[in-house]
Amino acid sequence: MENRTTLNIKEFLDRDEQKDLLRLLTAGSVDDGKSTLIGRLLFDSKKLYEDQLQALERDSKRMGNAGEHIDYALLLDGLKAEREQGITIDVAYRYFSTNNRKFIIADTPGHEQYTRNMITGGSTANLAIILVDARTGVITQTRRHTYLVSLLGIRHVVLAVNKMDLVDFSQARFDEIVAEYQKFVAPLGIPDVRCIPLSALDGDNVVERSARTPWYDGPSLLEFLETVHIASDHNFEDFRFPVQYVLRPNLDFRGFSGKVASGIVREGDTVMALPSGKTSRVKRIVTYDGDLKEAFPPESVTLTLEDEIDVSRGEMLVHSDNLPTVGRHFEAMLVWMDEEAMDPSKQFFLKQTTNLTRAHVSDVRYRVDVNTMEQAEASILRLNEIGRVRFTTAKPLFFDAYTRNKACGSFILIDPITNNTSAVGMILGPVDEKDMTGEELPRLDLPKLGIGPEHYDAIDAARRELERQGIAIEVIKQ
Amino acid sequence: MSDYKLSHLKELEAESIHIIREVAAEFENPVMLYSIGKDSSVMVRLAEKAFYPGKVPFPLMHIDSKWKFREMIEFRDRYAREFGWNLIVESNMEAFNAGVGPFTHGSKVHTDLMKTQALLAALDKYKFDAAFGGARRDEEKSRAKERIYSFRDRFHQWDPKNQRPELWDIYNGRVHKGESIRVFPLSNWTELDIWQYIRLENIPIVPLYYAKERPVIEMDGNLIMADDERLPAKYRDQIEMRMVRFRTLGCWPLTGAVESSADTIEKIVEEMMTTTKSERTTRVIDFDQEGSMEQKKREGYF
Repeated sequence: MENRTTLNIKEFLDRDEQKDLLRLLTAGSVDDGKSTLIGRLLFDSKKLYEDQLQALERDSKRMGNAGEHIDYALLLDGLKAEREQGITIDVAYRYFSTNNRKFIIADTPGHEQYTRNMITGGSTANLAIILVDARTGVITQTRRHTYLVSLLGIRHVVLAVNKMDLVDFSQARFDEIVAEYQKFVAPLGIPDVRCIPLSALDGDNVVERSARTPWYDGPSLLEFLETVHIASDHNFEDFRFPVQYVLRPNLDFRGFSGKVASGIVREGDTVMALPSGKTSRVKRIVTYDGDLKEAFPPESVTLTLEDEIDVSRGEMLVHSDNLPTVGRHFEAMLVWMDEEAMDPSKQFFLKQTTNLTRAHVSDVRYRVDVNTMEQAEASILRLNEIGRVRFTTAKPLFFDAYTRNKACGSFILIDPITNNTSAVGMILGPVDEKDMTGEELPRLDLPKLGIGPEHYDAIDAARRELERQGIAIEVIKQ
Repeated sequence: MSDYKLSHLKELEAESIHIIREVAAEFENPVMLYSIGKDSSVMVRLAEKAFYPGKVPFPLMHIDSKWKFREMIEFRDRYAREFGWNLIVESNMEAFNAGVGPFTHGSKVHTDLMKTQALLAALDKYKFDAAFGGARRDEEKSRAKERIYSFRDRFHQWDPKNQRPELWDIYNGRVHKGESIRVFPLSNWTELDIWQYIRLENIPIVPLYYAKERPVIEMDGNLIMADDERLPAKYRDQIEMRMVRFRTLGCWPLTGAVESSADTIEKIVEEMMTTTKSERTTRVIDFDQEGSMEQKKREGYF
């Protein structure tokens, strides 16, 4: 497919360095031929080295199950236990490259009990490939995968209608599946949905367009992956800079290091620090490779400011005319990831951007059946369940709706005893304070307690330490 | 808006810097494991970038198995001096003094005592709660499923069935006393990415990566370089000079050379693009037993 020998290696490298990166998720069941499809993408893009193939032939003889064909699936199954069970049970990452792009595939399983893994694999994906078997068409699992993909805010979806060879490359069958899928997918609001008929086993429409589907005039899967436009998937409007690390190598330098979560920051911009509300101007955008005039997501940079203002990790720099929501109450779609079911009386740790706070579930509004997308009443969530949940945090967070800004609308919930990541959430929006009675911050009224100003410094120090541990209290002074 | 686009290398760099800073901010006592190999060289450069203009706020640690190529040790000491690294070197001296080595004890025992056990002892000695490693997911099958933050229990063990879900760029760094996290900031880099980055950034690497005439012996299908006087006498008359280079670096009796004339990064990449052997095949330890890397990982090896 690619003729690299005509390129001189230096030219090749100079050009190759400029390629962009596409992260994709594949979802489908063991029977849909997903591993075969990935194996073929890797194989046909010539990234499989010869000795891996030799190992494959050796493995195939012992436990392969694809008859005379090379079992591409064996290439992908890494862990011993999984190989013995004959199924993939976790997220595995694969890498391949073409002349135009680099690709990272998150390969995730299709079984119901592993919703968790699909959510994990899909969180960073630009694009999802959802496989269906042309013989069975859209099934419950297809709907489930598509729902999860829409929940994660993945903007590009490929419905790969596989095993077309087993339905004689029938256009009628393909059209039927596409019609059914489109009816289902339209309300989910995924901006870019593409349906491709293919045979992973024989290679039809995987890399090259197939002569066996003359009625299909769209791109092959790989052509589509190479050309789909992903550069505008980031939010470039709302500048958010969660401070990750305060850099103070000497008395003259005080920098705030972090990754631009969204928006664009330029030298000279007026920025506001949250939660203090203090403003200053960006003096420099510092990197090891020299100062920048502007920075955008997902760059990692260090900002210095004109004025000495106190900003710590977990706080955020934003443009003062474009603020996130600042609050302690919000609603989110929550995916429960822990064997141990949700305990609403528990104080969890909640990590959102670089901010760590204590948080608890105020109430579960409803649970979503991932197969039918119907809402059901629920008071708690269990492993692999998804629901709409209200949260209260022990200190204010700076957030946006996940659909607008993934980086500032996502969070994880950590069990304080086991330290497991118990759940992950996508913020829908704030909840009105007056709907949250009984959830006010603890208040320390110093005059009322008879505590005089001579103790205020000590109390402020204690308050800051509590805040560092994710707990805010309101202190009333004279 | 399409002007605001990063190349894959810049995107990988930004991701790695973010991971490195996150660990420095959230852990009390992190360490960066430095193997002297090309991936380590890239990882150290990324750490320098993460804290520029400050210094890297954690030490580098090299687990010296006492059987590394001499050129590796020279390289390590030179750059530690030149760049002012805070470098810790640790070895299993007890096993070394007892004469453990690959020729006498075989690769399995040697690797376990001089690498795995030495590493675990060093992690315990300094009570590190996070250790960066330069492993990449594209290196080997069992690594394809590794998280970026890989949780280890009090015994440094990895349980592939019990890994924490890892989403977006939000890492869960919470551990109890005695537990730790191995962190792999290069998880998403491929071998080609590493070479391109070394070329782009002019990162120094050990000269053994470049082809040169070197004294080698053919042992069980591997080209082993005669690096010091510990080579058993029976091999001495089999030494021949061949034009070779190394695709990975480790203990010299366990690391096979490949015949090559690639003496520049460009030529190495060209060779790689047309090569017939993947990277780790020249490491003898991976062939010890079926699924051997996974086994070693469970035991605490990286």
